[in-house]
Amino acid sequence: MLRQVEGSKAVADAVAACAPEVICAYPISPQTHIVEGLSALVKDGSLKNCEFINVESEFAAMSVAIGASATGARTYTATASQGLLYMIEAVYNASGLGLPIVMTVANRAIGGPINIWNDHSDSMSQRDCGWLQLYAENNQEAVDLHIQAFRIAEEMSIPVMVCMDGFILTHAYEQVDIPTREEVETFLPPFTPRQHLDPADPVSIGAMVGPESFTEVKYLAHQRMIDSLRKVQEVADDFERHFGRKTGGQLRSYRTEGADTVVLALGSVIGTLKDVVDELQLDGHSIGLVGLTSFRPFPFHALAEALKGAKRVVILEKAFSTGTGGIVTQDVVRAIEGMGIKDFTVIAGLGGRPITIASLREYLTNAMQENVERITFLDLETETIEKELSKERALR
Amino acid sequence: MSTTQIKFYQVGSFAVGNRLLREDERSVQSDPERTNALTSGHRACQGCGEALGARYALDAAMRATNDQLIAVNATGCLEVFSTPYPESSWRVAWLHSLFGNAPAVATGVAAALKAKGNHTTRVVAQGGDGATVDIGFGALSGMFERNDDVLYICYDNEAYMNTGVQRSGATPPAARTATTQAVGAKPGNVFGQGKYLPKIAMAHDIPYVATATIADLRDLEAKVERAMTMHGSRYLHVLVPCPLGWGSASCDTIKIARLATQSGLFPVFEAINGEVVASSKIRKKVSVEEYLKLQTRYSHLFSPQRNDEVIDHLQRIADKNIERYELMGE
Repeated sequence: MLRQVEGSKAVADAVAACAPEVICAYPISPQTHIVEGLSALVKDGSLKNCEFINVESEFAAMSVAIGASATGARTYTATASQGLLYMIEAVYNASGLGLPIVMTVANRAIGGPINIWNDHSDSMSQRDCGWLQLYAENNQEAVDLHIQAFRIAEEMSIPVMVCMDGFILTHAYEQVDIPTREEVETFLPPFTPRQHLDPADPVSIGAMVGPESFTEVKYLAHQRMIDSLRKVQEVADDFERHFGRKTGGQLRSYRTEGADTVVLALGSVIGTLKDVVDELQLDGHSIGLVGLTSFRPFPFHALAEALKGAKRVVILEKAFSTGTGGIVTQDVVRAIEGMGIKDFTVIAGLGGRPITIASLREYLTNAMQENVERITFLDLETETIEKELSKERALR
Repeated sequence: MSTTQIKFYQVGSFAVGNRLLREDERSVQSDPERTNALTSGHRACQGCGEALGARYALDAAMRATNDQLIAVNATGCLEVFSTPYPESSWRVAWLHSLFGNAPAVATGVAAALKAKGNHTTRVVAQGGDGATVDIGFGALSGMFERNDDVLYICYDNEAYMNTGVQRSGATPPAARTATTQAVGAKPGNVFGQGKYLPKIAMAHDIPYVATATIADLRDLEAKVERAMTMHGSRYLHVLVPCPLGWGSASCDTIKIARLATQSGLFPVFEAINGEVVASSKIRKKVSVEEYLKLQTRYSHLFSPQRNDEVIDHLQRIADKNIERYELMGE
């Protein structure tokens, strides 16, 4: 049944439908509405057999999640931005221990300067942490990805981050179908942990591993991540069979047939880009779009397939590696190696700057003629930058 | 459980004295069927106080819970010497996550058990003083504040021993560590306010706070067993001398722990709901000097010349403890 709800509320209800047993969280904008919603559901008794733990920091949130998951409980938390950074040590530990925790990242910029608005620098900073990262295009997909995430995580024994754009999605009211607990039950079986803390069968979890085995442990994690690529697709396909919706998966192409230029992006900006692609096609341009849902694991093969025949790819990123450039770009370049496709990167939407259709149209019109730099910062105030740079450089 | 006052230290040990006690009053370690939750073969140093304390504490917790126990461990000596992969000395369900998060991990374990309706399995978290009073302090305070159903045991050897004897927030004044060397005008650790965690724990009004040492293992066992009869956050602070870090002879570990209590430097007491309800009386008071002299971490106080000012200062700390915790006999 379609409901007009806030994205955060929709996610809270979707998570509740997955019957988590332990939820722990520390409040940070723009994640707050999600955990507020869940705390109410636990408190009023509608989410039963679930403990909601209000912790004193994000580091504790992830640590509580680790303890709960290692005890065999389905475990959920949510964070954003500084909060994600504050929990990093435990984030790596969770994946290292193979604990299938699901976490929402309500994507937000990282300070300084402090900024509470949306971009992807928080989750992108965790590119290498051993968690899956799935990016939601809209609130329906955010709902669906959470349900899929629990199943992927538990079947692979790897934690999953569901990334949804802070404010743009978390605080947006949209029509969303939220599956009921009964419906989710047919798709998501009860959690059976690979190993867990049990006095009847005591195991030691978290031993110290030395040079003689560490490489093998890490290689196994690497393979598990690569194997999960197929699982991401399988679960999305099965989700479609259950709920009739094509959401999740590795990536989705939009009007790419015969396109010379293909734009690649993650998250809510895909919606804007679809409009831009429609407009440009109406004007006779040869342009299409690929929305990347699974950033980790990275779908090298599927992306190469999706870009086959294109002359150039434009990667729109809401985060970048200071001094280097695009982050997603690095993987895209590897995926298209030897295919003769040129790559251009556009960094946009940093710290919540709106990505407008007008700006995208202007940039893409130039990009289609390869009349842009390899890396462009969309809508950059060049005059201010030049002034600042010359002042700074004079001081050195 | 019986609360009969035992007058002789050796009564109830595995070796001697059990015949003097009724079977149900005998110590956990005197039972050949004890769990050996931390079993032999681990890699602790000779004379390690922490290994001894952890073995007694966990076996007592196992007996008290009918072996329905999950242990969470902070990073540190105890974790490193007990679990060099693929070996493990733990005969208890055991989880190590990180240095600073053992209390929160234990909270998660307890929450999972509660959510699953498991009311019999209990949770113990353990860590050294660095994990407890420094890097994991926020997590521990959070656990106390929520009154999560966990017994947290701190094995206090008064410095970061695992990394090579650096100063922690629990390092006593004047003690030499690798980061508070015995050099300069004021050798050794600074004289600050100290960070005395038992009192901080009591300030959270949690159901049970107690201190113990490995010099009185019966007392340690009894306190663990008492803690396991309660629910909510409980805190046990155990003094465990470290021969390597303290510069003492391996054979003196228990003796030094005893001198710490008999000098008054380490008060042994119990507090219920934030109020001290009992303290172990000093049987034969000794000067702090007797305690200090057995440890090279304090040798700069005695040579090349005696530093009376500092020794007197440390004696005043001990005397204040004796007064505050009423450590002299009735």
